[in-house]
Amino acid sequence: MTGTAALAAQAHGTHTLAAQTQGFLSTSGVEIAFLLVGLVTLGAALVTVTTRQLVHAALWLVVTLGGLAVEYLLLTAEFIAWVQVLIYVGSVVVLLLFGLMLTKAPIGRSPDADSGNRYPALGVAGAAAVALVWVVADAFRTTWIELDGAPQGTTKVSGEFLFRNWVLPFEALSVLLLAALVGAVVLSRRKNAQAGEKR
Amino acid sequence: MTTTTTAVLVPLLPFLGAAAGLLLGRRAPGFVRPLAVLPTLAAAVLAVVVAWRQGGGEPLDAARRLTPTGSVPIDLALHLDGFAVLVAVLVGVVATCVQLYSTAYLRDDPRYPSYAALVSLFTSAMLLVVYSGDLMVLLVGWEIMGICSYFLVGHYWETEAARSASLKAFLVTKLGDVPFLIGILALAADAGTFRINGILSAVASGSIGHPTLIALLLLAGVAGKSAQFPLHTWLPDAMAGPTPVSALIHAATMVAAGVYFVARLLPVFTASSAALVVLAVMAAVTMVGSALAALAQDDIKRVLAYSTVGQLGYMTGALAVGDRDAAVFHLITHGAFKALLFLGAGVIIHAAGTNSLGAMARMGGLAKRIPDAYWTMTVALLALAAIPPFSGFFSKEAVLGAAEHATGGDAHGIPHAAGWTVLVAGLLTALLTAGYATRLWLRAFHGKGPEAPDHGRQPTAMNAVLWVLFLPTLGLGLAAWKLPDWFDGNSLTPTLTTSVLGTGCALAGAAVTYAAWRRTAPLAARAPLGAVAADPDAAPYISEEETIATHVAAYGNIAGAHDPSDPGRLLLGPLHRHAVAGFHLDAVYSALFVRPVRAAAGLVRFLDREVVDAYVRGAAGAPRLLGAAVRRAQTGNVQTYLSALLAGSVVLAVAAVLVATGA
Amino acid sequence: MHLVYPAVLAALLFCTGLYGVLARRNAILVLMSVELMLNAVNLNLVAFDVWLRDTLHAGQALTLFTIAIAAAEIGIGLAIVLLVYRNRGTADIDRLRDLHEDAPGPDAGHGDREEKAEAAA
Repeated sequence: MTGTAALAAQAHGTHTLAAQTQGFLSTSGVEIAFLLVGLVTLGAALVTVTTRQLVHAALWLVVTLGGLAVEYLLLTAEFIAWVQVLIYVGSVVVLLLFGLMLTKAPIGRSPDADSGNRYPALGVAGAAAVALVWVVADAFRTTWIELDGAPQGTTKVSGEFLFRNWVLPFEALSVLLLAALVGAVVLSRRKNAQAGEKR
Repeated sequence: MTTTTTAVLVPLLPFLGAAAGLLLGRRAPGFVRPLAVLPTLAAAVLAVVVAWRQGGGEPLDAARRLTPTGSVPIDLALHLDGFAVLVAVLVGVVATCVQLYSTAYLRDDPRYPSYAALVSLFTSAMLLVVYSGDLMVLLVGWEIMGICSYFLVGHYWETEAARSASLKAFLVTKLGDVPFLIGILALAADAGTFRINGILSAVASGSIGHPTLIALLLLAGVAGKSAQFPLHTWLPDAMAGPTPVSALIHAATMVAAGVYFVARLLPVFTASSAALVVLAVMAAVTMVGSALAALAQDDIKRVLAYSTVGQLGYMTGALAVGDRDAAVFHLITHGAFKALLFLGAGVIIHAAGTNSLGAMARMGGLAKRIPDAYWTMTVALLALAAIPPFSGFFSKEAVLGAAEHATGGDAHGIPHAAGWTVLVAGLLTALLTAGYATRLWLRAFHGKGPEAPDHGRQPTAMNAVLWVLFLPTLGLGLAAWKLPDWFDGNSLTPTLTTSVLGTGCALAGAAVTYAAWRRTAPLAARAPLGAVAADPDAAPYISEEETIATHVAAYGNIAGAHDPSDPGRLLLGPLHRHAVAGFHLDAVYSALFVRPVRAAAGLVRFLDREVVDAYVRGAAGAPRLLGAAVRRAQTGNVQTYLSALLAGSVVLAVAAVLVATGA
Repeated sequence: MHLVYPAVLAALLFCTGLYGVLARRNAILVLMSVELMLNAVNLNLVAFDVWLRDTLHAGQALTLFTIAIAAAEIGIGLAIVLLVYRNRGTADIDRLRDLHEDAPGPDAGHGDREEKAEAAA
């Protein structure tokens, strides 16, 4: 269970970094940390989409999402980092793992994890990456983020803007979640009814 | 009723009769015969009334412009002068006779209603041509006659000969009508009007730009309609139509329309001496050639058809020497006796059950079976051969006299050459005409052999008509002293020189033919020949249709027969073979027109199939291939679709960025 | 901090997700790749929010919403995948070829079942 270990380590590291961000890490230090974590995240993402072991893919996804949470912390968006960890790592990945198991995904290396569309996909993704990176780098190569001021996303700040300015979308979102919940239940029920009939 | 109103009714009545006949023909068969005969009869009576009222006085003109056309105006115009009213009387009388005759001749024909309606329509169109004072209106009648002729020649369309003959008649006359139309338009453009009076005054004032060209263009149409060399070939073949149609259309009226047209516009032609010479040569070739061909034909109706061509040659000859009085005089007498000859030929064909002279020559007592036809036709043949004192003699003498007049240079503006050409050809033709008339008479009525089949008495309607037409055949010659009052005033009475010459030629021709016949007639018994249609009780048209359909099978050729007893064979000698085939003019046409047209059609077919269709097939094939290619892309794999979609998005995005940055 | 870092990282993550969506065979792996793409967007939103110092914090609010929506999406998506798996016996994307021009349509019995199930529901 190397994946879980890595996850734990990552989570721990994040915590430490978050605690120290406003303290002694210099601007360039933040940058270096951001870069390193970014590399890890990207690497984990690449492994996620290339590994032949399906369960491992889910675990590497945890690393990626965790890495992203660290990046949020480094960008002083503290609340979002925690939400990321809670929702993604805590629920989404668990859901995905359940999905894998319910669809009887093969454990171990499966030779056909990639479809025949691999090379076109590589081409499209590569082209998109080149185009995006080129454009983004060209556009923002002289832009700097000021991280020294008041943190942008502490829990307090987040609560304030969320329930002061965004309360209506927030409520709408809760309706969406309810709908998704009902939808998922309906879909599952239909499956169950069928299964029952079948039996 | 004014004379004008009466004159309007003359073409209108047959037209209404035709319309009513076509509409009621199927629903009310009882009305068909009255509807066919009565309007035509009324038109004939009214034409007589108009002629009597006009009385050869000043020409009567009436015009009504229906609507402005913007350029050269077209009027519904009447022009009644002596020529018009008398020709109209001829047309009316002959048409009435033909309609009466047809009631008996085609009595059981299921297609009689449409036939009668077409004859009425034809009569109406001819009367329109005769009375019209406007070239455009005249052209309308002219073309209606053409199409009616097409339908009527093709009346026996079950037979191959009739089908091809109707097409040939239509196409050959159209070949002439195209230049004719151009000529009329050119004439009207120069004169600024379609009115004949206006055109004649324009000619008199010399404002016609190209008289020779226009005259030659018009001549093409006249040659087509009036069956003049070289466009005469349709007329002998048109004998595949019913006999009354041959009598009406191809002897008395339609073919006369061309002559009448030239007579109407004679100043246009005399304005160009070249046109007159061409007209004279055309007339001479037509006369002599057709007379020679007539001497070799075996089908009695084809003999008469070639004779018609020859007599029309006389008329154009008279026009070529600038004497329209003689031309129209001959037109009228010829119309009468040729109609009689054709209708009599119909009786003979019915009685003998064949149209072959060779078969008739092996048949005894035909003259006794049909005494009415025998006597009337004898007189008509005498008139045709221009033996005094019958009508043909006077009119032909008028033509020859006019030609002789022209040779002397007495006629103003007429080339001497035209006069000499017409005179010599006319005398030669007189000889030949008498020859073939004698041959026809001897072979048809004086055959030796088994008795002719008894078909019973011929219907009264047919015989009565023969006697009606017999009267003008006999006596119309006397009009020579009266007619100049109605016409231009040229003398039509016979002159001594030409009378002696012409009659001498005719008598010589008759004598020579008789001698030849005496020598060849005994051969008939040794060479059996002839197929006779065996339907004695059926209506006459059935005999005729059968005999037309079987002629080629029985005699090997539509025109001739291998008959050693034919005096024409002896007289013509080596020329006979060519004369039978009409001097191979059809072969020439075939080489000149038919084969190139077929080759062109083949080329067009090839181009259409291989070149044009290649594009069509390509236009169908390319999308098809494209579709197949696109179909292969529809794999059903969502990921492929999405890849393509996103690849496109990337390309678009990159393009947008490049454009935005101005790269 | 240089803005290019988060921006480029987001772009690369997005393209990685894109590759995953286009190249993976298992439907659940495709869903994971979708998550990657969503997260790349989130990173962008946060980074730009911080850069712009937005008083409304629109970027962070949207990030939160996206996370919630992603959760809902993954729930529904998994339910659909499971349904497909139950019906077809496979969750492989490239075996679901009903869009193919001569694909055999869903068998009649299945359609009936579907209807009955709906009626029961």
